[in-house]
Amino acid sequence: MTPRRAPSPVDQLVASREIVVACGPGGVGKTTTAAALAATAAVRSGAKVLVLTVDPARRLADALRVEGIGNTASRVPAAAFTAAGARAKGELWAAMLDTKQSWDALVRRHAPDRATADQILANPLYQNVTGRFAQSHEYIAMERLYEIHAEGEYDLVVVDTPPTRNALDFLDAPQRMAEFFASGLLRWLVAPSRSRLVSIASRPFYQIADRILGTQFLGDVAEFFLLFQSMYDGFVTRARAVSALMRDPRTTFMVVTTLEAVPALEARQFVAALGERRLHLGLLVANKVLPASFSDPDAAAVAESFESRAHEVAGVLARGEGPELADETLVAQVLQEVGRSFANFERVARREAELLASMSRSHEVTATVPHLRGDVVDLSGLLEIGRHVFGAPG
Amino acid sequence: MSGLLDRKLLFVTGKGGVGKTTVAAALGLLASERGKRVLVCEVDPKGDVAGALEAEASGFVPREVAPGLFVMEMDTEASLREYLRLNLRVPTVGRIGPVARAFDFVASAAPGVREILTVGKLCYEVREGRYDLVVVDAATTGTIVGQLAAPVGINELVKVGAVRSQTRWMLDILDDRATTGVCIVTTPEEMPVNEAMDLAARLESETGVHLAALVANRVMPELFSRSEQEVFDALSGAGRPASLASALGDAGDAAVSAVLDAAELAVRIRRSGAAHLERLRDALDRSLPLLYVPYLFGRAHGVRAVRRVAESLAEELGG
Repeated sequence: MTPRRAPSPVDQLVASREIVVACGPGGVGKTTTAAALAATAAVRSGAKVLVLTVDPARRLADALRVEGIGNTASRVPAAAFTAAGARAKGELWAAMLDTKQSWDALVRRHAPDRATADQILANPLYQNVTGRFAQSHEYIAMERLYEIHAEGEYDLVVVDTPPTRNALDFLDAPQRMAEFFASGLLRWLVAPSRSRLVSIASRPFYQIADRILGTQFLGDVAEFFLLFQSMYDGFVTRARAVSALMRDPRTTFMVVTTLEAVPALEARQFVAALGERRLHLGLLVANKVLPASFSDPDAAAVAESFESRAHEVAGVLARGEGPELADETLVAQVLQEVGRSFANFERVARREAELLASMSRSHEVTATVPHLRGDVVDLSGLLEIGRHVFGAPG
Repeated sequence: MSGLLDRKLLFVTGKGGVGKTTVAAALGLLASERGKRVLVCEVDPKGDVAGALEAEASGFVPREVAPGLFVMEMDTEASLREYLRLNLRVPTVGRIGPVARAFDFVASAAPGVREILTVGKLCYEVREGRYDLVVVDAATTGTIVGQLAAPVGINELVKVGAVRSQTRWMLDILDDRATTGVCIVTTPEEMPVNEAMDLAARLESETGVHLAALVANRVMPELFSRSEQEVFDALSGAGRPASLASALGDAGDAAVSAVLDAAELAVRIRRSGAAHLERLRDALDRSLPLLYVPYLFGRAHGVRAVRRVAESLAEELGG
């Protein structure tokens, strides 16, 4: 299936953008689509392209050769493209986001000295915080992206985003991180352990918190925040820079969804959230779309006849075709089953067509990718998706 | 196998997008229709459970949306307030406001605290016994271990204090196989199945909570028997769509091919799904129930869909 209206060709995308952020609801093929975009860009332009994935399926990771290599990028060899029947004008590199490693690097970079960095990394709360801190994963993905972009190694970076509870989470992560470190509450909380004088203002909190959590735990928390605060300036400056990069005209967003009710609704929320933040929507990809022929009225009429005239048709086939269609009863059963199956898909296809039409009306950058044969497991599968998103090579 | 609903606390989890909320709502609906008084709690308060049941969104205070079926949304600050009121006799609401805000702040930075408020509230409802069953539309596979392991973690981090003394009775509820169970929802696809398998292993090693069942959602029905498949392959062979078109009299080849394509797609999805489910089955304890819920071609959202899923689960559970 071809795009509704031609989105910018790959060459134009590479010429005008340096970062593509793939976002969308979970379970829609976001990671695969991001990889497909990067692979297609590497084939069709002379660009050096990096795809930064968060949590690829094992076989996709194998295809990109990123298994277990952490933050280090590795190049997908030219031979892999040859095997997929393509020749890459550019280079495709892939890396996987390692949250823990990225956090450690961040601490080492922003801590005032080595000793403080070591103390933070050794703090019992640090593991917890970096592993589970609300938005820590989202933040670190954006932070890594900034780092890679600043190094200027690649012409185009395509980044996959972690599945988020809602659209706003990762977009707001840098801002929240900055607010967190700038907050008066943080200063208030660490004040007692710094001065050993419990201020009047903090007393009710401490009294209650003490009873609930115990002094020692609170002490750990306070020490942790105190250490973390030493990185305040570096962190806030960086978080602001990350936010600015998201708004930079060189950055665009690709929203990926399927045409099922819930993901499609979430995708709309993503698109709205991008609009509110004045971020650029470069591409809206509807994935795993049923073929248009499934909502064709002529086909529906055939399916209906398969059900209602199964025995008559089976009789004709039994007389005119080979021995494998000689069993009239069996053939009739199959025809009815096939008819029913089509009717089922037709309902879904009609719903999808309606959703797609309403999406295409409001967004001129909609592309569709059909239900492909099986899971995408290799480079040729990725390039096939690329052909659907960007059309045949021009 | 109806033992699943005889537990007191069921955490329903799964990778994002597999239909976790629908399954949680369906389990709640099914149990309430079997005469139980059920609370369905949405841990990530987006109003999706109420939405799935097409009822008005509730807050922290449960709302009865069908006879015997109550819905609530988790709110850690409200949970803290309730905890303070009940356990520490902390007096006025006025004083709790800023404290709760500060606490919320600590909670977001010192994980385990927010989780314990969530799990604590759920265990509290079980202990109070106002409901026969509490079904939790829980966190996704990626984060649920953190939630379920919170009482253990708090025990390690916090050496003294009221919270520590509170974790013991929670662990008693969580670790009891007959009381508490986790239900992992997956679809017959690569990533959801991988995550279900990973989670099954992590539940064992990192928490004391037991896996109660797996739900395979959106399973494409088997279209053909072996002999039917052979006939179908023959019908799809070269020149056959044209023969079918002429047998029908008034149909075009393209329309016939489209109809055959749909059946072929169903077969293909079924086959790839079956392979993933087989992988899942092989990785799991044979005694663990694996419940199949068929793919819904009709509307896959709303109370009708929840009811269909509940009916499938009822069939699978028996009793």
